[in-house]
Amino acid sequence: MTLNQKPVAEGLFTWPPDATAPPRLIGSECVACGLISFPAAADCVRCASQESRQRLLSDRGTLWTYTTQNFRPPSPPYDGPDAFEPYAVGYIELPGELLVEARLTEPDPEKLKVGQDMRLTLVPYAVRDDGTEVVTFAFTPMEKEGS
Amino acid sequence: MTEAVIIGAGLHPFGRFPGKPALDMGADAVRLALADAGVTWPQIQGGYIGSYEVANPDAIVGRLGLTGVPLRGVFNGCATAGTAIALAARAIETGEHDLTIAIGLDKHPRGAFAADPSVAGIPSWYGQTGLFLTTHFFGMKINRYMHDHGISHETLARVASKNFRNAAGNDKAWRRTPLTPEEVLASPVLNYPLRQFMYCGPNEGAAALILCRADQAHKYTGKPVRVRSTALRSRRLGAFEVQSPSFPVGEPVASPTVDASLAAYESAGIGPEDVDVAQLQDTDAGSEIIHMAENGLCKDGEQERLIAEGVTEIGGRLPVNTDGGLLGNGEPIGASGLRQIHEIVLQLRGTAGDRQIPGTPRVGYTHLYGAPGASAVTILST
Repeated sequence: MTLNQKPVAEGLFTWPPDATAPPRLIGSECVACGLISFPAAADCVRCASQESRQRLLSDRGTLWTYTTQNFRPPSPPYDGPDAFEPYAVGYIELPGELLVEARLTEPDPEKLKVGQDMRLTLVPYAVRDDGTEVVTFAFTPMEKEGS
Repeated sequence: MTEAVIIGAGLHPFGRFPGKPALDMGADAVRLALADAGVTWPQIQGGYIGSYEVANPDAIVGRLGLTGVPLRGVFNGCATAGTAIALAARAIETGEHDLTIAIGLDKHPRGAFAADPSVAGIPSWYGQTGLFLTTHFFGMKINRYMHDHGISHETLARVASKNFRNAAGNDKAWRRTPLTPEEVLASPVLNYPLRQFMYCGPNEGAAALILCRADQAHKYTGKPVRVRSTALRSRRLGAFEVQSPSFPVGEPVASPTVDASLAAYESAGIGPEDVDVAQLQDTDAGSEIIHMAENGLCKDGEQERLIAEGVTEIGGRLPVNTDGGLLGNGEPIGASGLRQIHEIVLQLRGTAGDRQIPGTPRVGYTHLYGAPGASAVTILST
């Protein structure tokens, strides 16, 4: 890796990247009722408990829905590059856990399908003035076995 | 309990008015509503006023008259105007006032809303990485709905075309150029499957309604419009809502629109089969389609056939967004729902001109939906 990288926020996903283990989103689980939250939340929106423990979420799921972002979002809050490349976003269902909204690495809606298998990855989405790449999480379509 | 009726409605055109402050647009709308009701500002005993851009919309008294009237600011995102009329009606129903006003006004800059995520309780990274856009949600919601219920891209285009056609006949609407479904489908995709001409835009405008006790309405008008019910609901856990970094797995939970709609029907003693004309939140063409079902006006998936048959056109069995809706009028958030009710008032009075629906409509329905998952429904009747 030739460039310096940093995560867009601490506590969002495992960091730094581990050569031996895939990245994981950091969620939380309510100690009282078991509700799983992302991003990690101290307060439970189901039972109002204020006690939770960290939980690494599944790095695989299925695409529940998606759309594309074909215009540059207003800045602030968006802090991606001025030169805009359209991207896709979707909700990925992590079985038994939750549905999480994320960028998708595949920008072409014709190549996305409800129900397809997706895997978590990390992508640089912006570069700071000092050359540091800012990294966020995204989901990428999984290649079908044998195809 | 005393019933509230609408005796006056005023609408400032929706669009762009360089150099004209939102408060001035609001004051114009109030004067139109007062004239329509045949009352003067000093007679107003209380009111509710909503705006997103104006921090102190109650400053409008500086334009209208410093009568000491209690004017309360309200804000509930895109459901703001539904909240204003609900509270104005409640003030009459409970006997607090005999004559009240609901006012909405706004003046938004061009382009998608650019708010700070933290004000919505959402972490900064969500906005930094380009996820904090309401337009995403609408693209994703209709995309999933099309997958589940067999709605086509052509149906999205027909809805947009209808609303622009209706707006063309409305001299207070913003987008008055009719567009064919083919022209809508030829516009650039903004958030798949939604295209440029399938979205409404933030803009400027104002509206006002005067309400009074039903037993005093005869003093002002021969055609009062009854406020049969109002309902406001926020999102429940498990519902798929705008600006949600995540939501729980499991059986889908109904949207706040479904919850508000059911509550409003029950309270009014009126069912969806009784609705003669509806104004539904059409932030985008897909939203109008989904909201037809979420408000009980059809079953999921029936929209494909109903819209192809022209059922939601002026002249159809269930006209929807006869004044052009949000697509044709744009969305000054604070005023939008009062614009919807203004149109219902005209339709129920039979004074909607070229866009008057045929027959003798008796029941009108209005619906708002917006961030962070709030919906307001108002049911009106003759």
